[in-house]
Amino acid sequence: MARQIEPPSTKRASRAKTMTGAQVLVEALRREGVEVLFGHPGGASLPIYDALYDARDVRHILVRHEQVAAHAAVGFARASGKVGVCTATSGPGATNLVTGITDAMMDSVPVVAITGQVPRPVIGNDAFQEADVTGVTMPITKWNHLVMDVGDVAPSVQRAFYLARTGRPGPVLVDIPRDVSQESCTPEFLEGVPVPEYHPALDGTPKQITAAVEMLAAAERPVIYAGGGIISAEASVELTALAERTRIPVTLTLMGKGAMDETDPLCLGMLGMHGSVFANYAVNEADVILAVGARFDDRVTGRLRDFAPKARFIHIDIDPAEIGKNKPAHVPIVGDAKRVLGALAAQARAPKIDGWWAQIEEWRQRYPFRYRQRDGAISAQYVCEQINRLTGGSAIVATDVGQHQMWMAQWYRPRGPRSFISSGGLGTMGFGFPAAMGAKFACPDRQVIAVVGDGGFQMTMQDLITAVVHRMALPIIILNNGALGMVRQWQTFFYHDRRSASILRNPDFARIAEAFGARGIRVERPEQVDAALTMALAVEDGPVVVDILCDPEENCLPMIPSGQSVAEMIIDE
Amino acid sequence: MSETHTATISVLVENSPGVLVRVAGLIRRRGVNIHSLSVGPTENPAVSRMTIVVDTPPDRTEQFAKQLRKLVEVRRATSIDGAATVDRELALIKVNATPGTRMEIMEIANVFRANVVDLTDRTMTLEVTGKGEKVDAILSLLSKHGIREVARTGQVTLVRGPQAT
Repeated sequence: MARQIEPPSTKRASRAKTMTGAQVLVEALRREGVEVLFGHPGGASLPIYDALYDARDVRHILVRHEQVAAHAAVGFARASGKVGVCTATSGPGATNLVTGITDAMMDSVPVVAITGQVPRPVIGNDAFQEADVTGVTMPITKWNHLVMDVGDVAPSVQRAFYLARTGRPGPVLVDIPRDVSQESCTPEFLEGVPVPEYHPALDGTPKQITAAVEMLAAAERPVIYAGGGIISAEASVELTALAERTRIPVTLTLMGKGAMDETDPLCLGMLGMHGSVFANYAVNEADVILAVGARFDDRVTGRLRDFAPKARFIHIDIDPAEIGKNKPAHVPIVGDAKRVLGALAAQARAPKIDGWWAQIEEWRQRYPFRYRQRDGAISAQYVCEQINRLTGGSAIVATDVGQHQMWMAQWYRPRGPRSFISSGGLGTMGFGFPAAMGAKFACPDRQVIAVVGDGGFQMTMQDLITAVVHRMALPIIILNNGALGMVRQWQTFFYHDRRSASILRNPDFARIAEAFGARGIRVERPEQVDAALTMALAVEDGPVVVDILCDPEENCLPMIPSGQSVAEMIIDE
Repeated sequence: MSETHTATISVLVENSPGVLVRVAGLIRRRGVNIHSLSVGPTENPAVSRMTIVVDTPPDRTEQFAKQLRKLVEVRRATSIDGAATVDRELALIKVNATPGTRMEIMEIANVFRANVVDLTDRTMTLEVTGKGEKVDAILSLLSKHGIREVARTGQVTLVRGPQAT
């Protein structure tokens, strides 16, 4: 699929008024529909902040660490489907964004980062707070750009938003030297497509769609393996239609959670390392797998050659480079998940798979998720199950990374898309709480909950003050097992239980919350869990930290050890 | 790891700052070793052509071209493995040459259609053009005289016939 070389068709429409580069930036943000951005000011971005001071309709949320701004932009984007925006000053401000930008890259999240840069005459001189930010972020952005001409501010921002949200979404960074922000110009915005040479293929070829229809109709043990691409493409309706029409079971990746109603019997929930036994068995036995918006990540496949060994693959993705990357695709379809699934759903014929369903139901009965309650100890899975029950799967849940994340992935069953926000590809500790804040800004009328571990929360908890300042109705549930639980679990399983640097002595999180002006509750016994959660979900005028002391010895099962296969799955029986 | 082989990828890129770094950075982080990389302008002043020779397993070459196509500045990336091509490389070779060995070196140069482009009482500099193997061959013949310096351009390639590379 070679891109054609064509002359730029974009024209510049002139506007008469003179503005500074910073004012042009704010106007460009406004034109992109930006209502909220997350950031922290500094020397090189002073002109930008001065322009923001006048912009009542572009609301700036001040965070206490730039990493939080990037994660909040990701949470905002994933909850709303719009582009998330974060901003930082040059040097350390910009480098503090790096983790969040990488997270957005790995999970294909549309984010635009605006960074200040030192003035043009001193670039390359090791100036105060200078860092080569376009150099640093080159491998972790879809595109980035250092703006060296004030006339280039408007087109650069237009290109940034266009690239962030089209095709396979991703983060884009625009670096603006301070003197460019200060310089006056008559802004010229591009009309039409700002990057004419970038045009992702959206519709699959009819021939391949027909091939997929035939392969599915003839399948005896088909499975749909759906990922985050369904959510990015807003293709949940089409996915559900295809599943209902064909009765083919659907399994979801961590990023795909909520891509269809997970209480639907056609949905087998999450597959992979900590996925359900029945989803993994189904994939293992499948003869045809329709992979859509998923990338055969190692946390899904384990050892590649043993993944779905009996299957032929239909692979739909908007990124041609994902098709055939890890597993050969027998029917490759490059296109937008919504359009391709829409075409498939319209043409698909149901295969005869009653026997297959009988087998899957037997597995589902035999291997449900389960957990034990040790006397007097709170099981983390119990808390996750209660969160699911109390919200009915209708809240937006943002998690951090580790055991609690996998338990929430197992027990929380979202009723629809954009309801489960978790750091997938990068596995970023410290992500959950800021992402929840971003989601709450995107969806103030929905219940948003942060579920975090005691380790990860300590990476970004300084921004509790941000949630307090904005009186955010945000319960923060800490599944506190006094450990870096997943590290401890791997040490237990694979390193003779030698708990090197995985046991935490923690602060009193409830008292910390109170010191920030938030509410804090400490939960020590199982019978307190329900009341504490109910209360936290009901508070409407500020964040509530619920510190739940959980059984420190609990392991997250089932588990396919890293680099192994379904045959080596550790099952809790 | 499957076995590696040498693959040629021809890339048309926008002629803008930082493109070389983007392409080279992508190659590095995908864990691929660069054999040679040559860059130069094309018939269109806004576009440069890079000819990149890399060591990749044969089944990874197309994947690698696909990754290159994802760079916004890359307009076209073609894996030209297996196609009929014209491949050329230019080398400048500075070799020890005394009045006694000059004639022998001139003979080698003639066989390889190399030009003498500089001469001193102790050295001779040859310019040779051809496929990489030809350059390797003349270097190997000249080595007994003592090669002082070599500069090679790296391979440039076009597909034979009317179709685009």
